[in-house]
Amino acid sequence: MTDKILTARMDAHPLDSHTLDRYLNTGGYEALRKAIREMTAEQITEEVKASNMRGRGGAGFPMGVKWGFLAPAEPRYLVVNCDESEPGTFNDRQLAERDPHQLLEGMIIASYALGVNHAFVYIRGEYPKVARRMQSAIDEARAAGYLGKSVIGSEFSLDVTVHMGGGAYICGEETALLNSLEGRRGEPRLKPPFPAVEGLYAKPTIVNNVESIANVPWITTNGGAAYAAIGPERSSGTKMVSISGHINKPGNYEIVLGMTWREFIYDIAGGIPDGKELKAWIPGGASAPWFVPSEHLDTLFTIDDVASNGSMLGAGAVIVMDETTNVVAAAHRLVRFFAHESCGQCTPCREGTSWLEAVLKRILDGNGQPSDVDLLLEISNGISPGLAWPPAMTTICPLGPSAVSPITSITRWFMPELEAMIAGSEVAVG
Amino acid sequence: MADNTVSITINGVTHEVEAGERLITAAENVGEHIPRFCHHDKLEPVGKCRMCLVEVEGPRGKALMTSCTMPVSDGMVVDTQSDVVKKAQEGILEFLLINHPLDCPVCDKGGECPLQDQAVAYGRGESRFIEEKRTYTKPMPVSDLVLLDRERCVLCDRCVRVADDIAGDPLIEFIERGSHVQINTFPNEPFSSYFSGNTVQACPVGALTSVDYRFKARPWDLESTRSVSLIDAMHSNVEIHTSRGKIVRVYGAENNSVNEGWLSDKDRFAFAAFSSGARVTTPLVRDGDTFNEVSWGEALELVSSKLGSFIGTEVGAIGGAHSTNEEAFALGKFVRSVIRSPHIDAQVGDGIDPHLAAAVVNRARIDDLDSAATILVWGPDIKETLPVLYLRVRKAVRNGATLVVASPYATGLDSIATHVVRYRAGSGAETLRKLGQGDGDHSAVAEALASGPIVALVGRSSLAEDPKLVEAVAAYAGALPDAKVLPLLARGNIFGALDMGLAPNLLPGRVSTEDESAVSELEYAWGPLPVDTGKDTMEMLEALADSDLRALILTGADPVRDCPDPELAARALDTAEFTVAFDAFITDSSARADVILPAAVWGEVEGTATNLEGRVQHLGRAIPPRGQSMSVASAIDSIGRLMGTELNAADWKVINREIAAVAPTYAGLTADFLTFEAGDEGAIAPLESDSQPLVHTPADVSVPVVTDRFTLHLVPSLYDDSVVVRNTEILAPLAGHAAVRMHPKDASSIAVTDGQMVHVGNLELPVVIDPDVVQRSVVLPRNLNETKNLAATGAIRVETVRGDA
Repeated sequence: MTDKILTARMDAHPLDSHTLDRYLNTGGYEALRKAIREMTAEQITEEVKASNMRGRGGAGFPMGVKWGFLAPAEPRYLVVNCDESEPGTFNDRQLAERDPHQLLEGMIIASYALGVNHAFVYIRGEYPKVARRMQSAIDEARAAGYLGKSVIGSEFSLDVTVHMGGGAYICGEETALLNSLEGRRGEPRLKPPFPAVEGLYAKPTIVNNVESIANVPWITTNGGAAYAAIGPERSSGTKMVSISGHINKPGNYEIVLGMTWREFIYDIAGGIPDGKELKAWIPGGASAPWFVPSEHLDTLFTIDDVASNGSMLGAGAVIVMDETTNVVAAAHRLVRFFAHESCGQCTPCREGTSWLEAVLKRILDGNGQPSDVDLLLEISNGISPGLAWPPAMTTICPLGPSAVSPITSITRWFMPELEAMIAGSEVAVG
Repeated sequence: MADNTVSITINGVTHEVEAGERLITAAENVGEHIPRFCHHDKLEPVGKCRMCLVEVEGPRGKALMTSCTMPVSDGMVVDTQSDVVKKAQEGILEFLLINHPLDCPVCDKGGECPLQDQAVAYGRGESRFIEEKRTYTKPMPVSDLVLLDRERCVLCDRCVRVADDIAGDPLIEFIERGSHVQINTFPNEPFSSYFSGNTVQACPVGALTSVDYRFKARPWDLESTRSVSLIDAMHSNVEIHTSRGKIVRVYGAENNSVNEGWLSDKDRFAFAAFSSGARVTTPLVRDGDTFNEVSWGEALELVSSKLGSFIGTEVGAIGGAHSTNEEAFALGKFVRSVIRSPHIDAQVGDGIDPHLAAAVVNRARIDDLDSAATILVWGPDIKETLPVLYLRVRKAVRNGATLVVASPYATGLDSIATHVVRYRAGSGAETLRKLGQGDGDHSAVAEALASGPIVALVGRSSLAEDPKLVEAVAAYAGALPDAKVLPLLARGNIFGALDMGLAPNLLPGRVSTEDESAVSELEYAWGPLPVDTGKDTMEMLEALADSDLRALILTGADPVRDCPDPELAARALDTAEFTVAFDAFITDSSARADVILPAAVWGEVEGTATNLEGRVQHLGRAIPPRGQSMSVASAIDSIGRLMGTELNAADWKVINREIAAVAPTYAGLTADFLTFEAGDEGAIAPLESDSQPLVHTPADVSVPVVTDRFTLHLVPSLYDDSVVVRNTEILAPLAGHAAVRMHPKDASSIAVTDGQMVHVGNLELPVVIDPDVVQRSVVLPRNLNETKNLAATGAIRVETVRGDA
């Protein structure tokens, strides 16, 4: 049965799935044994490539291909991105908190495959329990010989360092994360060079998301082809999806992609509470342009189908809004988040996001002007010319364009509501 | 197509540009200006302001790219003027302006502001921002010299990069994030840097201002004069900005062979000393213990009749290092051909052999540092004495050069040095021998010095150092593979003075006084020259004190303050029957003169000057001489005429032509050549290598080892009690207080702890325990208020102050 890869253990053993004992008596570290005793580093990378797994951090770039870009210089580093700060996402937390050894085993196998002897887990500042669980797992694994100088008696050695962030959203962007890990300001770097060539301490570095790495033990055990066989061709494997907002059964779901959004929202997540109407949902975290029921309920829930409809699956965070939602207020809340989290290094994001926030605030306060719709779109254009998705950018990183998504969403789907609010008339919501 | 060029198309026109260049620079070089704020030619790109966005064609169609971060590649197709680009640039400008105060009428940058200019050229002309603008408390001092108005800041990162990357003083940083990002210093750590003024000049808006210029002038009222700084022997290029006949600001000017646009804060701010109330502006004649103001006519009569009353060899002359080449030449010609004395010097016992300084074989150029594999610095702390040269060494190290520093005490270069060789003064020769043999501890250094290209910066680390060691080090360094040597003397135009013959063993144009054919050639022009061996400054002072010399001419020199034995100098000047000082200030020496003639100074005199690499550059005249001040050359011309000789020294251009005629090394280096041929780069003397008459090969001399008592290192610091710093209001407070640095073991041997008072000679000073001081040595800053009269005798008693707790 392959419909649960990542969460089978925690579902079966909710009380102690995070311990080494439970991990070992449910098949843990067998993949590592296989990797080190039976496989070469190249073979592991080949299996990961064969799995077609697309990185789970949001960009959807195939993980095996990314590994192939790692430059030969030494030392090299693996950095696992557990900064999980996109509003609406909380699946990495569950994976790292409730099955830390699965993540750690994935890191050890990945490090072995990549020729890495020092790996890092960068954990979101608001996740102290995750950090404690990861550190305990590392300590247990080291004592048991899965980490340290000679991993399960082999020539391969590995240290893993847990590092907690300071609570900045931007540090989820991989190069800002590397700066933060080095003790610098969390600001995205100019690319190129990409981290695979010049990453942590200017050395070749692979930065992977928690969920991506947590899949590595399964792929090692079962082979890339078996993973690729699960689900649609270009959205293979299972996907952790966090759903929240106006929904009957919020939470994390490990699903095989390919169903319709109607099936996911109504059949799996239980539909909208109190029989209310669905008004809109964000398919892939706060950065993503919104979907609306009139257009997207029968769209397929796959990486490519969401993308071809002008949004993204991102890290797999679905935020549901029912008919009572004031969409202008919702957009303001999202834009305020991005303005607050902008690192401030480049002009359009620093000035543009806070300007957008100020205009939306003014509209919400009843001081909107008829020209504000055009102004919002013009400011947005200055950050993300053309207002398309994936976005063109005047910025260094995609944070600025992320703040544009709520603007384009409300102007595209809810213009009458926005204009009514600007005009000061009673807004018909709910 | 040459190997090092690529072909790119900008706005439909194809150009050949230099491979690897950034697109913004390549475009600029072919006449396509792309607007920018954060881009700066001398700083690493950061791509932060986004103003330089252009469209570049790629595999997935046209995309907006920052041209400051993008290296050109062959076949690149660029559009800098498409609607998308214009829209993006307009957007960026609007974003930059929404929170920018419209205080241009009172902003110092108004009128020379890239934000103003680019708002006109690329902006939309009206603001749609009706929200409240950001405000901050203003101004916020980031240091004693620099103020920050945060609401004007466009967060371009230039100042941070100047501080971190260029100066190596990472003391300013961004704090906060998003729209609250601002520049700040760390708590209790002001931006105290010798290079802080460069951030003001690099700032593309009015956010950073210097305390001395704030609200002083409007840019459109400024006149600009290109010149070079005479604060040290680097001769960093400057623009002197004047308003209504006063110098109000000095900016760095770009000369990539010299200073690349950077200045030390002393270069930048010390001009204020010359407009201070301390200037001597009328001729003064001694009347007992005071001076009376007299007319020039009276003063010149007195000086010429007095000087005429001595036999030539009874008169000595010490020329300072602040004169132009033409003034120095006029003094030398006057002393040698009119007074007919051989006793002339420009160093004051603190220097090195003039032949080594003026004509060392394989002399390096400053920009040789850029391509050196290894740099050896054996001499004074160049961060204190030649700060802009320090920047050039830093740059080389950042680009991968190996740096070896040899010094008896910690220097500003130690922190970036690959190897630091610490030795006790007196044992330098021993250290040198070990280095040469690659002995034990020094094998890594010897290895670094085993392959070139090598540039060696060689000078005297302190007055305790035997000048002969410098000769030995230069000999060692010169023999290294593919090595060049740059002599380290620091004073203003000291190399110009030596080249003009202000040394007992040199005639104009790096001619040895021993060179008989050259002497007779000069005699053909000047008439018979004195035949005696000339005395150097220390010998002159001793002879004056012993009444073997009777009269002294000083031009800007202050031996009482600057020579190693202030007491001897004071006694010499007090004993002299007649002393005339050409000076702009009353100094410890000019105060003892019989006549003070007010000298015009830097900025008031046109001429040429020669820097430590032998580069001759034009000195601009920005303002007229203050009060009745006059150039030294003009005054000497009058004195010569009163003594019956026409020196033709009144007009600098006439002197300049004579230099080119009689000083072999300066053949062809006329004012016209500098103006019309060499341009802003200046030119290295000699233009033709066969016109260099003297090539000094340093001698590998043996230097005795000193072992008694503590060796006293009196070391220079950038901010000291010199007339220039003392009379610059904003720099004077930066001069530190003297403290005795000594090794912990030495401190415990005389039972003192950090901060306790000790006797050093006849001074009582606090101790700073410093493990970087070599044992049996103490380090004291030279020429501070407390240490100005301390003799640099090499060895000294250091004792606990009795009864000190």
